[in-house]
Amino acid sequence: MKKIFSRPKALRNQSTHYCPGCGHGIVHRLIAEVVDELGIREKVIAIAPVGCAVIAYDYWDFDCSEAAHGRALAVATAIKRLRPENIVFTYQGDGDLAAIGTNETIHAANRGENLTVIFINNAVYGMTGGQMAPTTLLGQKTATTPKGREAQVQGWPLKISEMLAQLAGVKYIERTSLYSPQEVLKTKRAIKQAFQNQIDNMGFSLVEVLSPCPIYWEMSPKEALDWIREVMTKEFPLGRIK
Amino acid sequence: MMSKKILITGNEAVAEGAIQAGCRFYAGYPITPQNELIGYMAGRMPEVGGIFIQAEAELAAINMVFGASAVGVRAMTSSSSPGISLKQEGISYLAGAELPAVIVNVMRGGPGLGNIWPAQSDYFQATRSGGHGDYHSLVLAPASVQESYDIMQLAFDLADQYRIPAIILIDGMLGQMMEPLVIKSQIPNPKPQIKKPWALTGCRGRKPNIVKSFFMQQGGLEKLNLALQKKYRLIQQKEQRWEEMFLDEAKVVLVAYGTMARIAKAAIKQLRAKGKKIGLIRPIALWPFPTNIFRRLTTAHKQLKFLVIEMSYGQMLEDVKLVVNGRCPVEFFGRAGGGVPTEEGIIKKVKNLL
Amino acid sequence: MAKITIDKDKCKGCFICISFCPKGLIKKSSQLNKLGVTSVEFSRRVIHKDEAGSPAKGGGKSDKECLGCALCAIICPDCCIEVYK
Repeated sequence: MKKIFSRPKALRNQSTHYCPGCGHGIVHRLIAEVVDELGIREKVIAIAPVGCAVIAYDYWDFDCSEAAHGRALAVATAIKRLRPENIVFTYQGDGDLAAIGTNETIHAANRGENLTVIFINNAVYGMTGGQMAPTTLLGQKTATTPKGREAQVQGWPLKISEMLAQLAGVKYIERTSLYSPQEVLKTKRAIKQAFQNQIDNMGFSLVEVLSPCPIYWEMSPKEALDWIREVMTKEFPLGRIK
Repeated sequence: MMSKKILITGNEAVAEGAIQAGCRFYAGYPITPQNELIGYMAGRMPEVGGIFIQAEAELAAINMVFGASAVGVRAMTSSSSPGISLKQEGISYLAGAELPAVIVNVMRGGPGLGNIWPAQSDYFQATRSGGHGDYHSLVLAPASVQESYDIMQLAFDLADQYRIPAIILIDGMLGQMMEPLVIKSQIPNPKPQIKKPWALTGCRGRKPNIVKSFFMQQGGLEKLNLALQKKYRLIQQKEQRWEEMFLDEAKVVLVAYGTMARIAKAAIKQLRAKGKKIGLIRPIALWPFPTNIFRRLTTAHKQLKFLVIEMSYGQMLEDVKLVVNGRCPVEFFGRAGGGVPTEEGIIKKVKNLL
Repeated sequence: MAKITIDKDKCKGCFICISFCPKGLIKKSSQLNKLGVTSVEFSRRVIHKDEAGSPAKGGGKSDKECLGCALCAIICPDCCIEVYK
């Protein structure tokens, strides 16, 4: 018998601090698998966000930098411009990329920086206790929308990927999810494409991953996956956006 | 090394000095009165194979500098007072991650939007670490276009050596005035002298590096802070820099930096011509503050008075008071919000003190 | 012939793998792991990793019903599962 599935080399062998059923663990592994398969571990420089994944650099076995909240794409821009031979990616949540970091996101995309962006959309701010995110759905109860998000007061879920698709500098945007193993494999294919694009010098590539947050959605891990499939994908349709 | 003499603004001299010192990354945003600097860099940086980015905001620019420094490149940003306020978060991160960088503040009147005239009202912001946390940046204050150019080599070298942000504090007058500059015609080897094994370059042949300022494990952050404090004490011992004039017999010692020191020197010349014993201390490094010279002067039990002169309402004044510690009187003369203390104003004030 | 091994001390008890095994071969463990959590077990012949990470002695025969589809391993957020085929 052959071992056909095991921990990728670029993913350190240790327990993570993520909650049971959190999507971060899956996507960290997918990125490590892609890095192994493309043979780029020694070239990769990752930029970690502020959010639950603030210590993502403890889990990967390649060069990493932190960034102030929202600023990952500014940090990444400088790194890639100075070291185009490295493969530079950011890993960001919905607050990091689409709230505090919106300006940096839009302008890095508009400049067409040759970067790979992995955008984890779980419709809530996990690290700080479950507050509303730009991508929180209407009616969704969070720590700062106890009665549920109301459009008239808090606006609508932000479709940052659709917005970025308008920009000439953006070459690839795909929205995927983690609600089943098949979806996880689709996410992996998209992540691989986004890294390959950088290797091929094609330009700004972003994968938005609809990811579960069982704790702050107040669901079991399996229920959280079902909620993505039944509810979240209606607001955030899956597929190739650009 | 060949040199030549040119007529140039202080802002451009800072930029050229940075290039000569091996700066190969610049990110900035336009703001008066430093637009000559970013304009000069836009043309000059590509000439030496470096990267120039006009960022979407000062906030993005300081974070780009963070990234550039993280990969081991000499990196710089510049702005003026309100834009420097925006950069405080980034400077705190640089200090915490121990990344070298140079930040140029061409000070203007404040607070708020203020105006575009010169001021020295950001002394606190620069020397008291305007961002959060217990940290310091080196603060250097040149007083002429030539010194603004020369000091850039020192700034980048010290920043790399100590892994610390360095702030160049000039004002709008110095930034926009034009003076002769003796400029090195040949660019020396732009590679910094100091090796940076901690830099992110891809982990070939070594363990992966992590650039961060975040330490959640028990005792981790305290350990970093103790190391930073030790570094700062070393810098305070070794890197004090000042100019002194006529201190031996002085009855009144003027204390001023930057453009204000030049006006003070002109006042001193007039006063000394009339036989008044007036001296000058011109701090060149504002952090570390030149405590040595003040201690030396004041422990000799001389009957002397200090007159601190700033384009502010008394910021460096506090550092002078701290080090003099009541041994001698410390007086103040200042104007801000775009007003500049004049020679005549200084002379009148000094005469009142004598 | 296929089997999986589960690093039970990394398992956080999210139980997502249980939902996706097409053969229903994964079940909740009757014991708590080192994290104090109810982890999961491969339900026929359970093969646990010992502390050094190598398969414990005594296990060896794989469960004939496991397909080696690896759906469990793909969905596991904590990379606890290795699949053999």
